[in-house]
Amino acid sequence: MNNSRSMPISPHLGIYRWPLSMTLSILHRISGVVLYSGALGLVYWLVALAAGPNAFATASWFFHSWIGQAFLCLWSLTFFYHLLTGIRHLVWDSGWGFERREYRLSGWLVVLGTVGLTAAAWIFGWLIAGGAL
Amino acid sequence: MSFQSPLGVARGTGTARSGTRHGLVQQATALALIPIGLAAAVLFFWMMQVGYAGAISLLQQPWVLLFVVLLVALPFWHGYLGIQVIIEDYVSDKRLAYATITLVRFLSIAVALLGIIAAAKIGFGG
Repeated sequence: MNNSRSMPISPHLGIYRWPLSMTLSILHRISGVVLYSGALGLVYWLVALAAGPNAFATASWFFHSWIGQAFLCLWSLTFFYHLLTGIRHLVWDSGWGFERREYRLSGWLVVLGTVGLTAAAWIFGWLIAGGAL
Repeated sequence: MSFQSPLGVARGTGTARSGTRHGLVQQATALALIPIGLAAAVLFFWMMQVGYAGAISLLQQPWVLLFVVLLVALPFWHGYLGIQVIIEDYVSDKRLAYATITLVRFLSIAVALLGIIAAAKIGFGG
């Protein structure tokens, strides 16, 4: 069949101006996959704890090393992001928040909330680990 | 659960009349993971502070053990359902998609069980 005729086609990704919600939606999926790797990290940590003090020391060393801290940083960021966009999805599933003004507002709240919650978690963590609290 | 007639199943026509369960479980696990995820962040940080002996004695309390079992099971359940949707959306080869989904399913169950066994071994003082 010859499809090269100019048939009316439905508008697709290339047609629309790129709104915030599209970025947030794609990142929701990507952050979910990243968090799956975080769950693998959690199981590794539990298995190390069950295996004994030596294995646990290795795991502790890893999570305190710069690469482990980088992973924890990434996981905490994606955790708070996925948490907030997930709540946004649950609100949508309940039938609320579909007005343009509302989903734009909730989208920016997700962005600000992710940065704020991640920063707050790490600042509290450092203060407690440093003995300041 | 399927409401399709046997003839409909054989012909492969009409709506499947099933599949709502996937979305409902995705939502239910999502809802449960809001408090569990937040509490987990605190617990994990706490356990890293108290060291090996402290983490062991913490996990030997029944409520903490129950919590950690949920903390391992729910993310893998929720994560498997999510990855299944991503594969269904982006892998157009049906056989490859089915194989990948099955692989992720078995991986999720196996790793979740591994985590639960590890937690149980500590919790029961093995």
